[in-house]
Amino acid sequence: MSQSHDIRPGRLERTRIEENFSDLHPALTSHQAAVESARCLFCFDAPCTEACPTGIDIPGFIRKIATGNTYGAAVTILSENIMGATCANVCPVEELCEQVCVKNTAEEQAVRIGRLQRFATDHLFDRDKQPFHREPDTGKHIAVVGAGPAGLSCAHRLAMHGHQVTVFEARGKSGGLNEYGLAAYKMNDDRAQREVEFILSLGGIEVKTDRSLGVDFSLASLRADFDAVFLAFGHADVNRLDLDNENTGGVFNAVDFIARIRQEDLQGLPVGRRIVVIGGGNTAIDIAVQMKKLGAEYVTLVYRRGRDDMSATDYEQVIAQTNGVLLKTWASPVKLLSDDQGVTGVTFEYTRKDDKGRLLGTGEFFTIEADQVFKAIGQHLDDNVMEFDDHPAIENGRIRVDEKRRTSLAGVWAGGDCIEGQDLTVVAVQDGKIAAESINKELMES
Amino acid sequence: MADLRCNIAGVKSPNPFWLASAPPTDKRINVERAFEAGWGGVVWKTLGEAGPPVVNVCSRYGSIDYNGQRMVGLNNIELITDRPLEVNLAEITAVKKAWPDRAMVVSLMVPCNEDAWRDILKQVEQTGCDGVELNFGCPHGMSERGMGSAVGQVPGYIRDVTGWCKTHTDLPVFVKLTPNITDIRYPARAAREGGADAVSLINTINSIVSINLDSFSPEPTVAGKGAHGGYCGPAVKPIALSMVSEIARDPETRGLPISGIGGISTWRDAAEYIALSCGSVQVCTAAMRFGFKIIDDLVDGLNNWMDEKGHPTLESFRGLAVPNVTDWNQLDLNYKTIASIDPEKCIECGLCHIVCEDASHQAIARSRDEKGNRIYSVIDPECVGCNLCALVCPIEDCITMVEQDTGLPYLNWTRHPNNPDRI
Repeated sequence: MSQSHDIRPGRLERTRIEENFSDLHPALTSHQAAVESARCLFCFDAPCTEACPTGIDIPGFIRKIATGNTYGAAVTILSENIMGATCANVCPVEELCEQVCVKNTAEEQAVRIGRLQRFATDHLFDRDKQPFHREPDTGKHIAVVGAGPAGLSCAHRLAMHGHQVTVFEARGKSGGLNEYGLAAYKMNDDRAQREVEFILSLGGIEVKTDRSLGVDFSLASLRADFDAVFLAFGHADVNRLDLDNENTGGVFNAVDFIARIRQEDLQGLPVGRRIVVIGGGNTAIDIAVQMKKLGAEYVTLVYRRGRDDMSATDYEQVIAQTNGVLLKTWASPVKLLSDDQGVTGVTFEYTRKDDKGRLLGTGEFFTIEADQVFKAIGQHLDDNVMEFDDHPAIENGRIRVDEKRRTSLAGVWAGGDCIEGQDLTVVAVQDGKIAAESINKELMES
Repeated sequence: MADLRCNIAGVKSPNPFWLASAPPTDKRINVERAFEAGWGGVVWKTLGEAGPPVVNVCSRYGSIDYNGQRMVGLNNIELITDRPLEVNLAEITAVKKAWPDRAMVVSLMVPCNEDAWRDILKQVEQTGCDGVELNFGCPHGMSERGMGSAVGQVPGYIRDVTGWCKTHTDLPVFVKLTPNITDIRYPARAAREGGADAVSLINTINSIVSINLDSFSPEPTVAGKGAHGGYCGPAVKPIALSMVSEIARDPETRGLPISGIGGISTWRDAAEYIALSCGSVQVCTAAMRFGFKIIDDLVDGLNNWMDEKGHPTLESFRGLAVPNVTDWNQLDLNYKTIASIDPEKCIECGLCHIVCEDASHQAIARSRDEKGNRIYSVIDPECVGCNLCALVCPIEDCITMVEQDTGLPYLNWTRHPNNPDRI
């Protein structure tokens, strides 16, 4: 086995890196937008709108693009989804709006809704306009924990209703996973911060960064000091492989490294020649693809079940493959190999399903040499949340909420990745929106 | 292969497709390119009097785009040819000599006096052309000078000028009519009274295609100002077909040869004009939109359709639609159709439902099946058979209008019990 530990920064020229991390989907030109928007049938009771977790009036905004009312299109989008700009880039549209587009049936090609959404939101952002306004001040003050998509969505909607909002964010920047968690080639430039600034420009929202729940303040204090609380702190802890040597050098949590890719100079990042990624979700794809784009020579993504079982969408799998990532399925890690300088490889056992669908090891093994190993096998709720004296009820590892996003505690709502549901930006935005409407209703009727 | 040869008022061409008098027929180079491509004939762009030619403005065309499609309608503020008369006459002579089998008709527009018409006719006769077309149609520029549609809007002038032309030439005389009138039958009757061998219609329609919302000037804009132009292209075809049918049906003009013009872009359009009795058809916008190459499909498509339908010659289907164009009061009020939606073809866009709900008779119900699929179904007793759902449905043959057997006899309005003036 090689002991080379070939890890170094700057594997590729800067220009090549910039090229690799340019937009996955470049913005449509106005001509392309005109042609694409003309394809929309303006369906009644549109399946795309129904498939959108935030219920954007998709035929409505596309028609506005078609008529040249692009600004109006953006407002239509943002009225339902204040993070419509991010969602345009990162939504798995192939499993949401575009999957159900009637043009799939008619022409085997959906209207490119995501690209049109980006066209509209770019148009508005380029004009630095805030189309929303605040109702007169209500005198109510609401605390939001977490400045990610759910938290900011909630804060924006509450501020529109005239409430004062204070957002507590554990990290140094707002944006949550939009800022730290999304693949850089999907969210390049300062897109996430531009969106945060847009949301905050409404007024009535104060963000306090570097303030962690359970460390700098307690839920009890928030409940005492504010009229309502919205919890949207995600699930900050990463699942472990539970293997020996898991803390050895060269073994990373994928989410941590993805955050570094978003925050640091790409040329300064340590990049191994041979990479193993363990996991089958979009995070696994994101790290695998980005390591390839950073210049890794061999990137092998290993998943313990089959392609159909992967939570990464078909579309994401194709992105991985076209970027030269080897997808290896039906194998589970059993041993991390290392020497005194760090990890050297991973031994896997082949797996199969038994008659009842249970996963079994076959007793056969193989080893992949690696300079770096990335773990992307899921995340769970921050342990701190469990330490509250009066923490909200937890179910299946997430905060339990009702359909209005109310927790078991009076005056406390929750949304985003810390509650049950798909871990998508668009779903988090909807949680925030629903919670805000519920909070508003409750506060104003009391 | 069907025989596409065309003979209208004695003017013969290998196919019925002529280029209308317009920019594509202004010069020898254009016309020869058209003939090389296979066009059956041309009407040379309108000649004026000898002497200083007219002057054209810069910025001449405006267009209507629809849903991403360019040039559904086109308008122009161009005048007649701006080249010297003798240059045009020499080129016409040369082209006709080089292409003897193609129809060469020359469009003319001179002031409303007999001498002017006699003089120009004598010169044009020397070219060897097959006929002349009197331009009584152009709605812009020349009309301000008492020509073009200024003549075409006064039946008496049409009759007189046509009569002068018939007096001073033996060439077939086509009279080109303006649609900018209330009833097309009056100018057509006047043309026939004057002895016209044929009428050509429609010329362009008075139009402003758009207002520029930055400069607040009409398009096309000439130094910040605009004037109405002449509208043509696919958008005007329905207007032209109606006018052609009026002339074909009118007892006073029935049988008068018609050269059909107006939005002809495809062989299908041409076949429709011929079915309404047109002898030849004239094309302009489609050639300006795509170039002359479209003649390939015009000829080929018409040919294949005629073969498929068993029409060996143009004559075998010419005018077949005329008897079926009637007055509203002759339509059968007991005829009934009901929309039928094919669920296998439905893509669930819901447009049939919402347009019927909002704009018609609330005759299409919506529901969901157990899988959540959208189901749209016609409420038969509510359906008035208006066609709206079938027209908006984006899928071919998904919604069809099915004839119902009412068991009732033919009954038109003139005999309907609700008509107080019934016969």
